[in-house]
Amino acid sequence: MREVAVVAFGQSVHVRDSAETSEVEMLMPVLHDVLAQTGLAARDIDFTCSGSCDYLAGRAFSFTMALDGVGAWPPVSESHVEMDGAWALYEAWVKILTGEADTALVYAYGKSSPGDLREVLTRQLDPYYVAPLWPDSVALAALQAQALIDAGLTDERALAGIAARSRTAAESNPHAQLRGAVPAGEPLVAPLRTGDCPPIGDGAAAVVLAAGDTARRLTARPAWIRGLDHRIEAHSLGVRDLTDSPSTRLAAERAGAFELPVDTAELHAPFTSQEVVLRRALGLDAADGTVRINPSGGALAANPVMATGLIRIGEAAARIHRGASDRALAHATSGPCLQQNLVAVLEGE
Amino acid sequence: MSKEPVAVTGIGQTAHVAARRDVSLAGLVREAARRALDDAELTWADIDAVVIGKAPDFFEGVMMPELYLADALGAVGKPMLRVHTAGSVGGSTALVAANLVAARVHRTVLTLAFEKQSESNAMWGLSLPIPFQQPLLAGAGGFFAPHVRAYMRRTGAPDTIGSLVAYKDRRNALKNPYAHLHEEDITLEKVQASPMLWDPIRYSETCPSSDGACAMILTDRAGAARAPHPAAWVHGGAMRSEPTLFAGKDFVSPQAGKDCAADVYRQAGITDPRRQLDAVEMYVPFSWYEPMWLENLGFAEEGEGWKLTESGVTELDGDLPVNPSGGVLSTNPIGASGMLRFAEAALQVRGRAGAHQVDGARRALGHAYGGGSQFFAMWLVGAEAPAT
Repeated sequence: MREVAVVAFGQSVHVRDSAETSEVEMLMPVLHDVLAQTGLAARDIDFTCSGSCDYLAGRAFSFTMALDGVGAWPPVSESHVEMDGAWALYEAWVKILTGEADTALVYAYGKSSPGDLREVLTRQLDPYYVAPLWPDSVALAALQAQALIDAGLTDERALAGIAARSRTAAESNPHAQLRGAVPAGEPLVAPLRTGDCPPIGDGAAAVVLAAGDTARRLTARPAWIRGLDHRIEAHSLGVRDLTDSPSTRLAAERAGAFELPVDTAELHAPFTSQEVVLRRALGLDAADGTVRINPSGGALAANPVMATGLIRIGEAAARIHRGASDRALAHATSGPCLQQNLVAVLEGE
Repeated sequence: MSKEPVAVTGIGQTAHVAARRDVSLAGLVREAARRALDDAELTWADIDAVVIGKAPDFFEGVMMPELYLADALGAVGKPMLRVHTAGSVGGSTALVAANLVAARVHRTVLTLAFEKQSESNAMWGLSLPIPFQQPLLAGAGGFFAPHVRAYMRRTGAPDTIGSLVAYKDRRNALKNPYAHLHEEDITLEKVQASPMLWDPIRYSETCPSSDGACAMILTDRAGAARAPHPAAWVHGGAMRSEPTLFAGKDFVSPQAGKDCAADVYRQAGITDPRRQLDAVEMYVPFSWYEPMWLENLGFAEEGEGWKLTESGVTELDGDLPVNPSGGVLSTNPIGASGMLRFAEAALQVRGRAGAHQVDGARRALGHAYGGGSQFFAMWLVGAEAPAT
């Protein structure tokens, strides 16, 4: 299998409301940033792939205008997934593995501010039996949190600890939306308090991938993708054990995550309770506290929907680039209560 | 290490109609997937991954419906990818799936595309509101009609060409039991007498709005060796994109389409597509796009495409049959339309196209486009495995 690495990562400053900027305006500085990091021009990119969602923008084909930010002239080899950008990275990784491309630009963006995100996300549920009830994303996450508490796997105090650790870590992340101590707050949907929930906000991120010696030429310390896999579970919450994430565990196995210990894990856990599920599925609790979890602050510090998963891969790669990690795990999720999960294993040389 | 050759060993599609009120979204996609599995004589357990595509989620009012469809498509515990590249998505989806096999990430992949347009109104779904775009357009026809007029002016093509294409495609559809429109009493005069919708495009020169799905099983050499029926082999595949609007854009013959075709021909070793290809399934949602794409894809010199149509070259019994299935003009579940082109091209080289089979078809092109003539996806399939 070809060696493929993340050679550059960039992201916007994530904000509650970006009404003054379009998606293209939000994206362009990020795209320019990652290209500048590698010294590549747009025409040097062999393949471009993005992730976004029409339901956030409130219009069909919202990604077509974002393409203006790429400068797709002369025409480019390009694709788009209606998924988090982590899956766009997966498509680009496969493209490089075929040998048809040596470099790829991956980007993702999401503006949650124009709508009511909790209501918008109800539209991704089973349209016949669940969506008509409008159960919102916080309510579903609360069901999962309560299941964890009932099973004796966590309690509200432990969840508050995850929230505090994440926002404290984000103090050194200039892109984060929530930094420093955040009050646990009032119960939003019991047992989840506002502090257990992610901020709602807008943002964009981009990654450059490159193969083999091209990657070595473009950056001093490439973050090599040693494994990358993703799995989906049943949609109906009623047939799932919400305290577990077998799809995360299987993706991690396939990605080789359990072959050697990692020193860092960037987990896409928008709710504190979901970090508990992911740590158990990935065996991170057993590793006697040696694994640094979400040093960026994670999704609890910034959650630009559709880009949050790609940012986990980017943050893990960036730590490898600057020598702060030798082997890192990055995780992305999609769907209600962690229905679909992706795991990447990244290493320095 | 060279790429793994990719074979199409299973193809399935639903009956396409204006409204499939008898099935849910899950029932619709499962019908196509089940038929593809049956064609390949495989079961759900033989599938390593699922790659699904569709056009805008607003058409059904379900955000990222693949999450809900995971169970119906046997994807639980497997990887599932969702592609969306506007109208070209059915083709792009097949190419993403093919790459999973070519890169040896997976051995056997189910790829599927669908649209259930009866859940909404596609024309207004495609008409973007302020503040996204100036309110000039009513549906895709309003966008494309000026470009058709530009083609007519540029080439001097006679007004009659568009109706010839529609008359041909609707007659071809009579031979395709899955096609949406079966106009048994179609005549050229009826096409020419149909109401003018977006000048110069008449009602009978436009695609219908359909519910439907299409699925394919893509597999590696070992999978093809076990297949019960002849495979179609992927000899080349490519995607190209350019911006929606920019100064100097050629809407009549976009550069992205030319580049995409050139890439596919290079991969497949095609130097004279007009002579070397036996059938073409191209994305013609408005009749005039047949002569326009004939030029864009290199089957005719610039300005000459309409002459192929006029002289009957693109008829089912002509020497370059175009859209023997009846094409998008007869069946248009938008998200699936591109995959239907890819699948129909594969059916032709497998010799399994039934009454609309082109005799002796060995190499065929599947073509899809979308957005403002800006997203292109194509593949070239053959009856023989590619030389490696």
